[in-house]
Amino acid sequence: MTHSSNAGFLALELDGDGAHPAAWRKARHTPDALLNGERIRSTVLAAESAGFHAATFADGHVAEGADVAGRLNALQRAAFAGPVTGSIALVPEVDTVYTEPFHAATQLASLDYVSGGRGGWLVKASGDAREAAAVGRSVAAEDALAHEAAASVEVGRRLWDSWEDGAVIRDVPTGRYLDVDKLHYADFETPAGFPGEAYSVKGPSIIPRPLQGQLPVLAPAQLVSVDGPLLPSAVDAVLVSAPTPELLAAEAAEVRANLAAVGGGPAGRAPFEVGPAVIAELDVVLDSRGQFAAARLAELEAFTAWESPRARFVGTAAELADFLAELLAAVDGVRIHPAVLDVELEELAQLVLPELRSRGILRPAASGGTFRELLGLERPENRYATALLNTTIGEPA
Amino acid sequence: MSQENSIQHGRATFRPSGKIQFGVFFQGVNSGTIWKTPEAGSQTDFESFRRIAQTAERGLFAAFFLGEGLRLREHLGRPHALDVAGRPDAQTMLAALASVTRNIGLVATQNTTYNDPADLAHRLASLDLLSGGRAAWNVVTTDNAWTGANFRRGGYLDHSDRYVHAEAFVQTAKRIWDSWESDAVAASTAADSWAAPGHVRTVRHEGQHYTVDVTPRLPRSAQYRPVLFQAGDSPDGRDFAARQADVIFSAHPKFEAAVAFREDIVARTVAAGRGANDVQIFPASEFILAATDQEAQEKKEWVRSLQIGPQQAIAYLEQFWGRELSSFDPDGPLPDIDPAVETTSETRGSGFHGAKARELAEQWRAEAAEHGWSIRQFVSSRTARIDSTFTGSYSSVADTLAEYARVGAVDGFNISPWIIPSGLDDIVNHLVPELQERGVYPTEYAGSTLRENLGLATPERSPELVPVGSVR
Repeated sequence: MTHSSNAGFLALELDGDGAHPAAWRKARHTPDALLNGERIRSTVLAAESAGFHAATFADGHVAEGADVAGRLNALQRAAFAGPVTGSIALVPEVDTVYTEPFHAATQLASLDYVSGGRGGWLVKASGDAREAAAVGRSVAAEDALAHEAAASVEVGRRLWDSWEDGAVIRDVPTGRYLDVDKLHYADFETPAGFPGEAYSVKGPSIIPRPLQGQLPVLAPAQLVSVDGPLLPSAVDAVLVSAPTPELLAAEAAEVRANLAAVGGGPAGRAPFEVGPAVIAELDVVLDSRGQFAAARLAELEAFTAWESPRARFVGTAAELADFLAELLAAVDGVRIHPAVLDVELEELAQLVLPELRSRGILRPAASGGTFRELLGLERPENRYATALLNTTIGEPA
Repeated sequence: MSQENSIQHGRATFRPSGKIQFGVFFQGVNSGTIWKTPEAGSQTDFESFRRIAQTAERGLFAAFFLGEGLRLREHLGRPHALDVAGRPDAQTMLAALASVTRNIGLVATQNTTYNDPADLAHRLASLDLLSGGRAAWNVVTTDNAWTGANFRRGGYLDHSDRYVHAEAFVQTAKRIWDSWESDAVAASTAADSWAAPGHVRTVRHEGQHYTVDVTPRLPRSAQYRPVLFQAGDSPDGRDFAARQADVIFSAHPKFEAAVAFREDIVARTVAAGRGANDVQIFPASEFILAATDQEAQEKKEWVRSLQIGPQQAIAYLEQFWGRELSSFDPDGPLPDIDPAVETTSETRGSGFHGAKARELAEQWRAEAAEHGWSIRQFVSSRTARIDSTFTGSYSSVADTLAEYARVGAVDGFNISPWIIPSGLDDIVNHLVPELQERGVYPTEYAGSTLRENLGLATPERSPELVPVGSVR
């Protein structure tokens, strides 16, 4: 998997005006110019030309208060970015608790088509009461979230495989557009002990297999466990947080050791030798235009306190480059959450990424490459094609 | 409706605009899209969608329209193999197209049965903001448990309840889009807060089928809110459109039927308390064009032979006979054996409704015998699309359409190209200029939003909509 190469990758979270709740006050545009296509275009292009390998798009409700009260749908932001970019992976957060798994799967497959195979899925399992109320559901209990995520991911993966490659045959002599033998019912059923209301999803998908076969699935490490329900073999990368930057490498090593302890993946998928890729989560505040990072942070904090579960790096671009060089030796990638997107991205682009590139510790960004390729993943076999299960539609069981 | 009426004044009187516009319906699942020739491109590659959308925009089309099917069509218990199938999610594709187009409207067909109002309203508002005010929603209902098998909710809605449910859903969506004040978002980073305090209303709805309690998280778009399309043709569907929709995607493109449909919709719209011009009509249509009428007729024969091949003709009958008919000659008479079913089994997801199978078979045999039709000829005559086709030279079709514009029979046509991705080229290159010469087609986009380009009024913020079937 990803450890054949020492070089790491960098992802950038592009939500709103930045990770700090007061970021909008330091943005280089007016608040009413945030929620539109031009903003998506300019930020994702800036991230791509800076050399970031992936962009992520947060979703869900926004905090109440004096700060940004609006958020565009994450998957649509990623889709909008698809045709205007050429190498950066586009990874929206998509909820698994209150979103119909069929919609999530087909929308993500569609993202893969509009981005030329650069789509990914950042799994979210929302325990947010407001998100539950919006769709008339009761809030999912904390220990139910991983079950919901596991079920939705399994639905997604089955639906993505429900069309084998080459199912569209366009065979003029027989008049067949499709080879029906290459279409499969997903026939998903929630497992016994599923904490929510049991459900099933029939399939097949309404869209052919995604360009990547399977989109890479990323999940917060705390949702994933060798004891299930969301197994390491079901995800391609995990996101790891720690209270401070100094603790990140050790935390990542521990997560990697825990998740690698599993022997193999489900039938039809190659066993994981070392578990999913590990991505460290890092909030970043940098010196900018003659202002110290700490002073910038204090200014922001005077407006709204930043409550973040992630490690926070506050310092110069040179210090960050040194820190990332060290961290990337212990993880496959780092996801940066810029305090103020407009400000931090400028510093990252001009000073940090060029320095890391010159040290040869960043993967080259391949134009036209897929997200799977970035993660070092092969295009996967189709579970239905390889397992020879008797799930062919219409055949006697 | 007539020219004489148009000189009267008042919102209750319909006045023709004297213009028609075009939309394009990239179908993705149907028998009308030819796939058997080398020019037929991919139905899933983004480049196919980009080319159709950008060609349409070059031709000043008002809208790019995508359908939705939430379960793959099936025939005799297996996925239907003969027609184009497998298409991207509508809103995801339209969000991508928003980045490579500037003026064309982006219409997503989305059903009210397997979506949540708060979630769907939010996604449509996102598309509207991403596209700078070019989003529209074609509201459809789905009631069957067969589609529900793909969803957590399953099938839960009675057929008779579908419009009651849909209307409550649409009203909830409108309240969500109505919830933010105009200019609620600060114009300066020096403002005390990002949005004006008290700028947004919470929306609550408790209905029979769903409950909503949401503080919407998106402001107005440049066109206030997404434009609403509706396609139902039953009396309930027409009344629903008259109350709620901005545009009807109709099934009545032929002149007399179009005029009758307009009169009916005007009456229903006025009865619903709206202006006679408030609901526009864009029928489904297909264009087969060439330099001369003769060439166009020959082209039509060719198009039809590729749309309804021998296998499609047999499959069409099989869905009513409920049994395999592959031993019958498609160029011979209709099968002399009786259907295997009491009521038609239909190609699931195709929109056919059940019928008494044996009765239908006898009727069809008689009809085919009377005309001397083979199976293929009979099936060709049955497909509804033939009624929606304009065939002829660029100039004669332009003359025909100019008459629609003159009397206001329709506001535009929603064109299904019969080939992807080149299917709009002759329309944009040759028909549009002919229409412009006749003064019945736009020569530029009226504005940057779909509402402006359709000439629709901006909605006014309601004090508070009263939701159907809800308690507050």
